[in-house]
Formats: sequence, structure tokens, C-alpha cells
Amino acid sequence: MKFSENWLRTFVDPPLTTRELAHALAMGGLDVEHVEPVAPPFDRVVVGEVLAVDRHPGADRLSVCTVNVGVAPLSIVCGAPNVRAGSRVPTALAGAKLPGIEIRVTSVRGVESHGMLCSARELGLSEDAAGLLELPNDAPIGADVRQVLDLDDHLITIKPTPNRGDCLGLAGIAREVSAITGSSFSPIEVGIVSASLDDTLRIELAAPRACPRYCGRLVRGVNAGAAAPRWMVERLTRSGIRSVSAIVDITNYVMLELGQPLHAFDAARIDGGICVRFAHEGEKLVLLNGENLELAADFLVIADERKALALAGIMGGAESAVTRSTVDIFLESAFFDPEAIAGKSRLLGFGSDASYRFERGVDYAATRDALDRATRLVIEVCGGRAGPVSEACAALPQRKPVTLRIARAERILGIPLKAEAVAEIFRRLSFAQTPLGSDLAVTPPSFRFDITIEEDLIEEVARIHGYENIPAVLPQMRAAMLPAPEQRRDASTVRQLLVARDYQEVVTFGFVERQWEEDFCGNTQPLALANPIASHMSVMRSSLIGSLVNCVAFNASRRQPRVRAFEIGRCFVGSGDDTDAQPMRVGGIAYGLAASEQWGVPKRNADFFDAKSDVEALLAPQAVHFEAAVHPAFHPGRSARVMRAGRNIGWIGELHPRWQAKYDLPLAPIVFELDFRHVTEGELPSYRDISRFPAVRRDLSAEFDEEVGHDRVLAAMQQAAPAIVSEIGLFDVFRGSGVGKGKKSLAFRVLLQDTEKTLTEAEVDSAVAGLRDVLQQQFRAKLR
Amino acid sequence: MQDVDAIVQEALALFAGIADADELERAKARYLGKSGVLAGLNKGLGRLPPAERPAMGSRFNAAKDRIETALAEQRERIQARRLEARLAEEALDVTLPGRGLGVGGLHPVTRTMQRIETLFRSLGFEVAHGPEIETDYYNFTALNQPENHPARSMHDTFYLAGGKHLLRTHTSPIQIHYMETHRPPVKLIAPGRVYRVDSDATHSPMFHQVEGLWIDERVTFANLKGVLIDFLRHFFEREDLEVRFRPSFFPFTEPSAEIDMSFGDAWLEIGGAGMVHPNVLRNVNVDSERYQGFAFGLGPDRLTMLRYGVNDLRLFFENDLRFLKQFN
Repeated sequence: MKFSENWLRTFVDPPLTTRELAHALAMGGLDVEHVEPVAPPFDRVVVGEVLAVDRHPGADRLSVCTVNVGVAPLSIVCGAPNVRAGSRVPTALAGAKLPGIEIRVTSVRGVESHGMLCSARELGLSEDAAGLLELPNDAPIGADVRQVLDLDDHLITIKPTPNRGDCLGLAGIAREVSAITGSSFSPIEVGIVSASLDDTLRIELAAPRACPRYCGRLVRGVNAGAAAPRWMVERLTRSGIRSVSAIVDITNYVMLELGQPLHAFDAARIDGGICVRFAHEGEKLVLLNGENLELAADFLVIADERKALALAGIMGGAESAVTRSTVDIFLESAFFDPEAIAGKSRLLGFGSDASYRFERGVDYAATRDALDRATRLVIEVCGGRAGPVSEACAALPQRKPVTLRIARAERILGIPLKAEAVAEIFRRLSFAQTPLGSDLAVTPPSFRFDITIEEDLIEEVARIHGYENIPAVLPQMRAAMLPAPEQRRDASTVRQLLVARDYQEVVTFGFVERQWEEDFCGNTQPLALANPIASHMSVMRSSLIGSLVNCVAFNASRRQPRVRAFEIGRCFVGSGDDTDAQPMRVGGIAYGLAASEQWGVPKRNADFFDAKSDVEALLAPQAVHFEAAVHPAFHPGRSARVMRAGRNIGWIGELHPRWQAKYDLPLAPIVFELDFRHVTEGELPSYRDISRFPAVRRDLSAEFDEEVGHDRVLAAMQQAAPAIVSEIGLFDVFRGSGVGKGKKSLAFRVLLQDTEKTLTEAEVDSAVAGLRDVLQQQFRAKLR
Repeated sequence: MQDVDAIVQEALALFAGIADADELERAKARYLGKSGVLAGLNKGLGRLPPAERPAMGSRFNAAKDRIETALAEQRERIQARRLEARLAEEALDVTLPGRGLGVGGLHPVTRTMQRIETLFRSLGFEVAHGPEIETDYYNFTALNQPENHPARSMHDTFYLAGGKHLLRTHTSPIQIHYMETHRPPVKLIAPGRVYRVDSDATHSPMFHQVEGLWIDERVTFANLKGVLIDFLRHFFEREDLEVRFRPSFFPFTEPSAEIDMSFGDAWLEIGGAGMVHPNVLRNVNVDSERYQGFAFGLGPDRLTMLRYGVNDLRLFFENDLRFLKQFN
């Protein structure tokens, strides 16, 4: 809510500067979003009366004006099209400093000019540079324009929290400022407007819980085309509300002033009496903003005997709207239960100043005052005669006393509190209170909808006492250590490992393009958002692969030839409700050179085995193996499941050439994705004896069919190996000269060692012979 | 035997002029070999009268020693010179770049998250995580935000098709998950990603939050101020950092506060906090008369921007390597 500081000061005028006032508001909990001056600084601009306009002898578009500023008339050259004798305009005198320029006596094409007649733009008031800013005809000649236009004012924008509907009107804000600062609050003296007509409309409350109080009165014979007074238009404008017509302006003005939204109907459009009821399912209503609604039965409407006239507490209907030709009006001031209005603007997709207030709570004890205030203004501005107030009232909200234990407040806030100081706080807030021993029974006023429990009162105490006056105290605590499970690595260790292997961490969105899910996961029924912000963020990802490929594509298109990235993030694989279906995963992608281009290292692109070693390092020392398998994202011959203890814990593969082309990647990246939980699992190291006896190495090299996988060969040898074989490891793979077509040669290193004694030649030979047999018999390998 | 000294002088001069190891060995043979000069002299000794023999013998031995010493010294000199030559030849341009894999880096927001975790762990806070797809109950209802509460419009929520689930709009649901399985005292920090329907230079539809919760018998609002000010001063490593607590409203805390930090001559909002609302404690079956405490939510993205001078939030999620590598 935006308002003029000077208007606020008509209700409460604490001895504070604008800046201090803004701070006080902020520290009272009325979030101050913005404070700006109404006008930039300028001086020596006065009201001038144009006495005569003569043509400039040397320029068709210029005039030479004689201007009365209270002393001797000035001759001023002016180029504005709207300059005319008799008008009063802002006149900058010689020596005036305006935004960006200083006015001096100058010669304009041979004619001396003793000042400048100003447009609104030249004074920095608006962008309007079409012509001179015309001042009211009664503006005192020679008076300072800043005073005449009340420009020494600031616009303050506050954003009260949702519990503070009472601060959505100037009087309410002033009441709060008074409570915070202790300065006195002078409310508007409304006064009752007595009836000069007998006419009334019957009012029926058919939904008394949703609308427990409704006041209305007829005003007949109004001049709906009358102009709203300048001061009112100015205050509305400074609050960001455009002037529409006198009657609409008045309802808006009273809403800003007292916080009570009002509505004016064209009485000629009302058939019979008023009924406040829930809409009939499917009932039609066209609103003032042109919305054509078919209402659901939980919308409250203001109806006459035949039809819905307005959407209660939200917006009036187009048909019963006041127009310039309206003669009789029916003014409405009502209290709608916040729950009847809350959530409706979200359903509609639009709200209004009225719904914003009603859903937060409007003072149900001030309904009638606001009606009187509006009636008085209507009669003053538009004339007419008012009927008596019709009021229908059902059960209004009750304000129950809430007990505040001062000891409890002390315990929650951590400060000592004196009973008198607490009582003073509630007095300032206009909360009724009765002592209950050392405690207080506090009854909140009708305008506060947010005080129902003791904590609400404790907050009020803290707020008015001042959060700034509560000391910052470091707590005393139990000195208990946190668990440090050694068999579980934390995320930062895993991150460090990948960083050390030249991967850059990225953070990508949890929602992705639908097509990624289909391409990279074969998922045609992804978990979709009901209200995505954009089509490329419309479904929840079930894998990090798409995000990582996209990250490479993004960077590759920005001339980054080598990208190594990883992310630790959630994926979403179930229907959404269970945590296990939102696994944390770690994914990595390697694209471009294995090592960045440098001297002494042959250029070679990262391949499957480079990334595989990263995966192995990430999981080490856990035993994992890789199983050839097909994945939608990957090249079918270059893709593997990562297996640990019989479970599939992830995937690794080279991006399928089809996706490489589709996603515009000059090279195929290698991608891996692992279940994060498994990556963090570790084992406690356990000690084994180190043999004091020398190890013997024998190499075994043999030729196999291409289809024979290395891990099968290794597993078969390990199974057949006697205990003295301490290690078998591959050290070479060779194809080409000397090796048959469709064959490959694998070379293994076999280490043999005994913990008890030195091995004999015969023992070694026999063990190696056993391994040779395995190769020959199980794989038909040709030993070399 | 007058010429013994002359022989020694001649050998010494000869050795000193030799730079090659093999040549030195040949020169050695000339003097010390079986048919060398000294061997010849030695034979002559036997022919001397017995009375002269001892004196001559010792002269002979002294000469032999001197030649042998000179030889050893020259050998060492040659070796040293050879080593020096080899070392000179082997010298590298040590200014060439090192070879091999480079080092990657952490995302800047991760740096911040890790700092936050480290600082709070030093106070004994545990780290907890929670799901990103949530139910209405955990995201709102359990946090004292009934349906249609105007506070819900403070969060523009992403819903999943079907309407049963939503993307968490804050990390506060982790409070509920955690307290459902842990009894007080509870001290936890819960970092994570959250989602809101919002996108511009200062808002991203996905961003980070860190939730903090401390429930015990005597944890007060003054403690909340104490802990958060302590945290911010340590995080920014600035003892003079000014922090302001401003009354605010969150359905799940009361009293509630907005936390502002001084930045230049302005205040910047960096999080929200408050004393946990008794309804929230009740929802997880904690006795709100016995236990009380505070909760807070901080914006690690904002903290990262302030710490490193980043001016556009969107950079964190664009993943341009030229940006990310600045934080390595």
C-alpha cells in the first residue's frame, strides 16, 4: 500500500524525519518497501498569472508572455502550445534551480526572458511535457508552487504482512504509528449523516456466517458527473489510484482512509431489496473489469430479487455500476468474513483492493462509520439527499480475552519484563486488559484478527518493546558431540573427489523439458507440473542425464571445447509422495579432450574408460562391476550398468549418436549417473598381515574371441586361483599384427606370495599352470 | 735416487693435465703399473748397500703415496666435472606448465552451503535433508498454514498434475519430518532446493534455502538473535557487520522476524526467523509448554551474491563455465 506521508501526518505527527518515520514503521513490522519524494528538489518556482501573450517578433512558435508573480510583471519567452492569458502556471524565477537546469535572465532570439513557465516534466513531477502545468485559478499569485501543490511530501510504500489487514488504511497505519512512537492519534470525526429521505432498501442476510453485517443507504438526486475535489484526487493519485468519477473516487478514498472497502450501486438497476447470498451454481455475472463469470456455489454475491449484482467483497457488477447519468445511488458498507473471501482471488486469477482487505480482515465495528463518511462526502461533492441507514446484522466475530503470563513472555523472549511496561504496551495498542494475579487477560480490539493465543500477545509485546531492544545472547548449551559415522562419506567428500578429478560442479533445475525425459530416459509419462512457468520446465526429471547434456550443449555453443561437469541433485521417479522415489543422484559428464590441451600430452578425447575410472575412484574401495546393458540415452555398444553387491546403482555410457546429433554436440560426451546413497557408503578399513616373504610375478598372455569380456576371464581365474595367488591384473590389451581377426590378446600379471614361507618354483609353476588351463578350457584361448 | 722427486713432479704435472678418465688410468700404469717407473725404481732399491736402503726405502714410499694421492684427487676431479656436465645437460625449463589433469571446482552456492554447515556444526547442529516433492500437509498445514490462508499467496506454489503434490516452497517442511522422528532437544540445519513460480533478475523458479531449528527447554528469542548475528559475522568474517531483526509474519513462527543485513547504507533482507509456533510443535506432538525454540530460513543464493559480488541470481543456474570457474 502506497500513501502520502503528509496525509498520514494529518492523523499522527510524531517528531520524526521521513527517514526516522520509515524506520519506525519498518521496526514496527510494516515492511517499508519504498520511500520516494513526491517531487525532486527545486526552488524559486512560484504561481504566475499570465497577463498577456504576444507573438515573438522573431519566431513563430514562441510567445512573449507578461506574467504577474506578485511584484512587477515579468516578460518571459515561452514555447508551450497551451499558454494563454488568464491561466496560472508555475513560473521559475531567475536563479531558480530546477532538475538539471538553472534559470537565468537570457535573450531568446533577441527578446529578454526573465524566467521560465514550466511543464510538469520540467519540475520533475511527471513525464507530461505537452504543455504548461496549469494551476488552479485560485492558486495565490506569487506563492511557492511547492506549497501550493504540497510537493514537500514523500510517498511511502508499505507491505503489511497478511495478518495485519488493519494497516491497509491510513487511519489504521496512523493508529499503529501512534502505538509504536507514543505520539497521539487523531481519528477522523465522522459524525452521523441524518436522513432527509425515508426511502430504504430491504436487506436480507441469507449467508449470515459469510456476511454478518451489511449496511446500506440510498442517496437520491446526485450529480454523478460532478468533479471530485482536487485534494481528494491528489491523495488518490499519490496512493496510485487513478481518478474515475466523483462517486467511485469517494468510495476509494474512504477505503484508503478507513480501510473499509465500499461499493456504490446505481439504485435504478436494483430490483427490490438486497440479498447477500451464495451464488447459484453456474449463475452468471459480468464484473466491472469485463470478466464474464459463471459462478460456483461457494462465491458470495450481493443480489437483488432477480439477479446477482456484485461479487461480494471482490468486485461490483457491470450492470449495476454507477455511470455519469446515474441519479440515485445505493451505498454499501459491509463486513465479510475473511474465510468467505480468502482464496477466491486465486481461483479467479485476479483480485481487487477490496478482496485484498476483506480476506485479511476489516474492522467489523466500523462498518457504519465508513458509510457515514462516504455519504457525507457524496452529498458534499455530488449533492443529493440521503435515506436512513439500513443495517442487517447477524453474529459478528467475538474477541475473547487471551491470558498472557508475563513469566512465559520472559521465557520466550529471554528478557525481563515489568508488569507496568507490558500494561502500557497494550494500552498503546488499544487492547483491553484486566489483571489476573501476576498475569493479564487481554482482549484485542475488533480491528485485530490475528490475536487468538498467548504467543500472539508475546509478539505484540516484543514488537512494541522493540526487537532492537532485545539483546543478542549466545545460548548456554549441553556440550554433546555430534555423531561422525565413519562408514558414511558426506557430500562434501564426494564433491571434493570429483573436483580433484577436474569436474566442475553445476546446479540445474529439477524440472526439465518433456522431450529430455523421452529421449534420455524413454519416459513418455513423466511427472508433470500442473502450472509450469515455461514449457521447457514442465516435467520433473527422472535422471540428471538431460540436464548434464544440456549443460554441455550450452557451454559448447559458447566456444568451450572441453566440459567436465557434475551435479548432485534429486531425481523424481515415483508418483511423488515417497522420499525413496526422490533419490539423490550424482551425475557427471566428460566432453572433449581427456586432459586439457597442453604440451607433452597427446591430444585425445575423453572416452568411456576415462569416465569409468572416475566412477571407480568415486566408489573405491567398494567392489563394483560394470555390466554391458542398453540404456535409451547411450550408444548401445558403449553403455554399462554399474553393479554393486548385485544391485544396479547407476549407469555409464557414451551419448547415443542420435542424441549427439539432435542436441548439436560436435563430440559424443560420456555420462555417468549413480545413486548418491551408494556413493556415500564406505567400509571401515581392517588390517591384514603383510607377508615378509618375496612375491613372485608371472605374466600370462593369451588370445581370446572379441566377445569374451575381460571381467569374465578375470573372474574365472580368480575363482580357480589357489590362495598363494595374491593378485591378478590386466596390464595390456592388444589387437592387430600377430593377433587373429576378431580376436584380442589380453595380458595378465599374476602375483604370488605366501605369508608363511618363500614359494618354491614348483608351487609357482603349478599355480600358473592351473590358470593357463582355465584360459584354455573355459575360453578356448590361445596362449602366447 | 736424486730423480725420485723429479719423477713425482713429472707424474703430478702429467695427471693434472688429464681430463679423460681412461687416459688417467693409462698414465697411472706408466707410474704405478707392474712395469711402470716406480716398479723400476723399486728394483734398484735391492741393489743399494744395506745401510742406504732404509732411507731410500722411505723416500720411495713417500713418493709412491704422493703419486697415488694425486691420482685419486684427479680421478675425483674428473668425476665431479663429468657429473657437472651431465647435470647441466639435464637441466629443464622449470617454467614450463605442469602436465596432467586440472582441478575442477565447486558451485559458488555450494561453497556457501558448506560454510553454513561448517559454522552451524561447530555449534552442534546436525544436517538434515528432505524431499522436494511435498504434500500440502508438510509444506503448509503442519506449518500452521491452513488452506486459503492469505500467507499462502506469499508463496506461488508449483503443483504437480493431479493436484495432490507440490514442489516445496521452502525448506521448513524438513522441520516437521525431522521432529516426527527425533524428540527434543533438536538442533538441525537443513539445506536444499526450493521452488516458487517466479522468474526475473532477482527471482529464480528454483533456488536454495537453509532451514535452521533449535528446540530445547530454554531457547529464547534473544538466543535467536545471538546465534544468527554470530553466524552472519562469522560467515562474512566481519565483526562490525550490522544485523537487524524486524517484526514480520510467518504462520509457523511467533514472534516472527525478518533478518536484514547492512550493506553500504542500505538494509538487505537475507532471511526470516522466529520462535516456533506452538501449533507446529503440537503437530509433531511436542509439549509446547515444556519445549520452545527458534527456526530460521536463510537464502544461500543471496548470501553468495553478497559474499562474492554477483549481481544476477540467474547466473547461478545458467552454468556457464566461464562464470563457475571464477569460484574455483
